[in-house]
Amino acid sequence: MPLLEIRQINHFFGGLQAVHGFDLQIESGELIGLIGPNGAGKTTIFNLVSGFYKPTRGEILFQGKSILGLQPHQVTSMGLARTFQNIRMWNSMTVLENLCISQHYKLGYGLIDVILRTKNYRQKEKETIQTAMDILEILGLSDYRDEYPKNLPYGLQRRVEIGRALAVKPMLLLLDEPAAGMNFSDIDKLIELIGWIRERFKLTIWLIEHQMKVVMSLCERLYVLDFGKMIAEGTASEIRNDERVIKAYLGAEEPSVHAES
Amino acid sequence: MRHNLGLFLYLGLCLLVITVVQQEWINAYVQIILMFIGINIMLSSSLNLINGYMGEFSCGHAGFMAVGAYVTSILNMGLFTSNSIFGESFFVGSEYSIVLFPFTLLIGGLFAAIVGLLVAVPSFRTRGDYLAIITLAVNYIVKSSIENVQAIGGARGFMGMRQVVNAMNEVVDLPWLMIWILVFTGVCIVTLKRFVESTFGKGVIAIRDDEIAAEIMSVNTKRVKLIAFMLSSGIAGMAGGLFAHVLGYINPGTFTIMKSTEIMVMVYLGGMGSLSGSVLSAILFTVLMEFLRPLQVFKWVLIPLVLIILMLFRPEGIMGNRELTDVFPGLRRFFPPKGN
Repeated sequence: MPLLEIRQINHFFGGLQAVHGFDLQIESGELIGLIGPNGAGKTTIFNLVSGFYKPTRGEILFQGKSILGLQPHQVTSMGLARTFQNIRMWNSMTVLENLCISQHYKLGYGLIDVILRTKNYRQKEKETIQTAMDILEILGLSDYRDEYPKNLPYGLQRRVEIGRALAVKPMLLLLDEPAAGMNFSDIDKLIELIGWIRERFKLTIWLIEHQMKVVMSLCERLYVLDFGKMIAEGTASEIRNDERVIKAYLGAEEPSVHAES
Repeated sequence: MRHNLGLFLYLGLCLLVITVVQQEWINAYVQIILMFIGINIMLSSSLNLINGYMGEFSCGHAGFMAVGAYVTSILNMGLFTSNSIFGESFFVGSEYSIVLFPFTLLIGGLFAAIVGLLVAVPSFRTRGDYLAIITLAVNYIVKSSIENVQAIGGARGFMGMRQVVNAMNEVVDLPWLMIWILVFTGVCIVTLKRFVESTFGKGVIAIRDDEIAAEIMSVNTKRVKLIAFMLSSGIAGMAGGLFAHVLGYINPGTFTIMKSTEIMVMVYLGGMGSLSGSVLSAILFTVLMEFLRPLQVFKWVLIPLVLIILMLFRPEGIMGNRELTDVFPGLRRFFPPKGN
């Protein structure tokens, strides 16, 4: 059974069809890439999978269970975490608090426990903080735990955001353009980080990216999207030489123009 | 022992106040100001949960206060006193009031929390300005509903709560109303402090910072909003119940947008997202209002002016979103942060 299975989803924004019959299967342990020109509908697909939008038609199965009709927090609690294209941290709270809050679904205590500070509350709260600390330690962010995310350099903010998604304890991690706005040395670090957390947390990863370096060095399989339609699927080298992909990205070559010049 | 130093300090303060009142070292006027300080602390800190921590703009807090005030008053009048509205008291003899008074307050708070649903449920779909308009509407729904129920006095108001207070004092000669205000203020502050310090309660702050990220990162935003609104309006309801018994007379005109504004001024004066700020500003505001009493209506020229100046030069309020323990780290000894 695939970990994530998308069957023929269609999504409309009013009259505009953003996703045309998109199909996808991700097996446990894979690292998949989704690429495509700007406005191709990549983030829309992530929003559909994380339950933020409801697809107009189609079916999304996570671990064999349909996620349609679930609230986003319910989808997340099934083990599907994501990051955002434009980093969305909770900036008035520290890095540590950010990592604690993303464990909200498994806190294991209620309002009465909070008010009376019961033993259960103290225990669970300690566990929550410990989980967050462990993840910060693994990502080498322990020194920044009391910083506010907005005060950190961009590369570290990305790292913290990935940490926040990891604190959910996901099986499937969706990364929406993790390398956006990064310089070359940051990108190298990011590639290393993604490869490493994949091993460390036994993750299945699905990422959207424009930086070919990231996609080519990480992804085992690529899906290419253009105007909401999947135009190609295959390994990195297959995609690199695919005519339709080159056309979508670079525009079609017109031999006559070349000949004249 | 050291962990509870804050509690002991508060108990000490309570004992001091009760002794001072019992020995009649301060007159009734100062006593009433002290009681209003307690009530205002409850009101401003509970509104701060919504306007400060959650970042919504609720401007109908007096509506919840009215619900609590009326429910508690009606219960107490019906249960413990014989009067023309409800006939013979339900309990024979008013001495039961001493035991049951806090429960009637809690029931008042519960009803206020249920009315809080009127704001909490729309908050799932709207936020910001639109929710502010809804809170305003709820304030008016409550006020106008009470005005139109003649059985509880309608627009003329409702009185007789003094009897309940006197009945308590007759059973055991202590300033019971003051005691209950001290107890409820303390409990309310501790509840709110524990709530916003817990990871669960910080979901409220996550909603303020980025609601979409909160929902997608596993925070059940609907549940958190529901709890925050009900907690806030519940505390306002209990404050209203106490308020009714301090005055001994309530009418719907007391709980208009004017009262809501007063509470909002306290929140913004103290600083959004700062409980100690709310406590400080409630004390400051109540005392200031009393000093400005000779100015009569002109104080409502002066107070908004103070607010304008505050917004210009220190828009974050007295404390910003910091707590006293952040400004004076030495205080951490008395109020240890959680986890230590």
